[in-house]
Amino acid sequence: MRYSGFKVITEGLFGNKGWKPAWRDAAPKAEYDAIIIGGGGHGLATAYYLAKNHGLTNIAVLEKGWLGSGNIGRNTTIVRANYFLPGNSEFYSHSLKLWEGLEADLNYNVMHSQRGLINLFHSDGQRDAFARRGNAMINQGDDAILLDREGVREHLPYLDFEQTRFPIYGGLLHPRGGSARHDAVAWGYARGADRRGVDLIQNCEVTGIDVANGKVVGVQTTRGPIKAAKVGIVVAGRSSQVAAMAGMRLPIESHILQAFVTEGLKPVINHVVSFGMGHFYISQSDKGGLVFGGDLDFYASYAARGNLPMVEHVMEAGMTLMPMIGRAKVLRSWGGIMDMSPDGSPIIDRTHVEGLYLDCGWNYGGFKAVPASGWCMAHLMATDTPHDVARRFRLDRFATGHLLDEEGTGSQHNLH
Amino acid sequence: MRLKCPLCGDRDRREFYYSGTDDYLNRPAADAPLSAWDDHLHNRTNPAGLTRDLWYHEQGCAQWLAVTRNTITHEIMAVDLVAKERAK
Ligand SMILES: Cc1cc2nc3c(=O)[nH]c(=O)nc-3n(C[C@H](O)[C@H](O)[C@H](O)COP(=O)(O)OP(=O)(O)OC[C@H]3O[C@@H](n4cnc5c(N)ncnc54)[C@H](O)[C@@H]3O)c2cc1C
Ligand SMILES: [Zn+2]
Repeated sequence: MRYSGFKVITEGLFGNKGWKPAWRDAAPKAEYDAIIIGGGGHGLATAYYLAKNHGLTNIAVLEKGWLGSGNIGRNTTIVRANYFLPGNSEFYSHSLKLWEGLEADLNYNVMHSQRGLINLFHSDGQRDAFARRGNAMINQGDDAILLDREGVREHLPYLDFEQTRFPIYGGLLHPRGGSARHDAVAWGYARGADRRGVDLIQNCEVTGIDVANGKVVGVQTTRGPIKAAKVGIVVAGRSSQVAAMAGMRLPIESHILQAFVTEGLKPVINHVVSFGMGHFYISQSDKGGLVFGGDLDFYASYAARGNLPMVEHVMEAGMTLMPMIGRAKVLRSWGGIMDMSPDGSPIIDRTHVEGLYLDCGWNYGGFKAVPASGWCMAHLMATDTPHDVARRFRLDRFATGHLLDEEGTGSQHNLH
Repeated sequence: MRLKCPLCGDRDRREFYYSGTDDYLNRPAADAPLSAWDDHLHNRTNPAGLTRDLWYHEQGCAQWLAVTRNTITHEIMAVDLVAKERAK
């Protein structure tokens, strides 16, 4: 079924009885050409592009819970292409271009909204760093505008410009940055993959990876063994556990990241705004809730909930920047498990096992990466060669020293 | 979360700096192969469940602590002084 405005109207007239499930509830077959472990954003996008770009349709996505039950449904939905390092810059640029055509491509409203992202700076040093980042973005062909204090005031009059502790010097505006509806991204890719014949198998946890003579031959699951000559591990926060099934020890540590949402309010925050002197960023959802977050809780964790010190810090930072939000009531807070890599950049690569591929290390920035990660992982799995824009996301770069340390904070998993 | 420092008692999580797994205590020899150093610095077992990691009591006694805890429940089983273990 194709979705359209016309369809919405006709269904509305006839009691909405004609809508069908957006995808089949597939049962596992004994064998596929390729298997993707993990039905999050990256796994579903990988399946979609394997089918669409490479014509591989005898494939399955195995998800231990329900589609979108992981980080894809827990993030704060910021989409941007403001990376600096060669390797990251072209990848996120590619991703943003895919975002811009995503709704038409998927025939699905993912509510992608390019409302503009403003990263504030509060010192001369930070201004220099952002000016340089802006230049890198422009060199990459993306957009960036350096705003001075008055320029920021025009966009964000509600900030506390009078406070003396962290004066606002200006901001880097990325007009094409913005947000999207996270669940819809998972659902849109799921529906697109299903329509091309991909089996989406839920409640199917992978418990083992079968390897014979250095080649992958299939997986063990809670719904029985399934054979495949190609297997992609795309499980975000659980990467270490699944890779261990193939005898690997990954450069990944899992950390908790929290987020918060308030009751619905009338439109008040039109951009995505980030504070440069504390861990705080915010946007307003289409339902009206203020969606905001901060940094990791800073210690390894698999609990999908965080600790109070970071809650307090985020609230304090928010109040410092925009005191007007102080009366809004927080409805919910939650956490997600982040696959932190030592340099803060991802891995899309082959492994020591033939036919076994790895897509992980998304840290807290993997939502914006969903389209390009799926695109490049599909390319890697179909052709056995890395896609050009993801060629530096190598698993061995920590050993060789070709790090992609965007923040320059060093080889420690919780510092990115 | 609170950690019970053997020297200072029950203290708020904010007094501590988290460094990572206690694998850091098993430093390879200076002439160990590069792969051993790579493994030491970057690779992690990253368990979902029982783990042991290093915390520095920055705003207390300035001791390194090895904390045994559960990464799923956040339960804390033991807090040991690294210096004491080293002295053995
Ligand atoms: C609070 C928060 C805020 C964030 N904000 C942003 C943001 O603003 N912008 C941004 O770009 N990124 C953001 N992120 C990061 C982003 O959400 C993640 O990097 C990204 O979603 C991870 O990829 P995924 O969608 O594939 O992961 P997931 O949705 O977690 O998918 C992995 C899937 O694998 C499944 N799985 C695990 N083990 C197995 C197994 N053994 N067998 C079968 N299935 C298995 C899981 O159930 C899960 O569904 C945020 C994350 C959090 C938690
Ligand atoms: Zn102490």
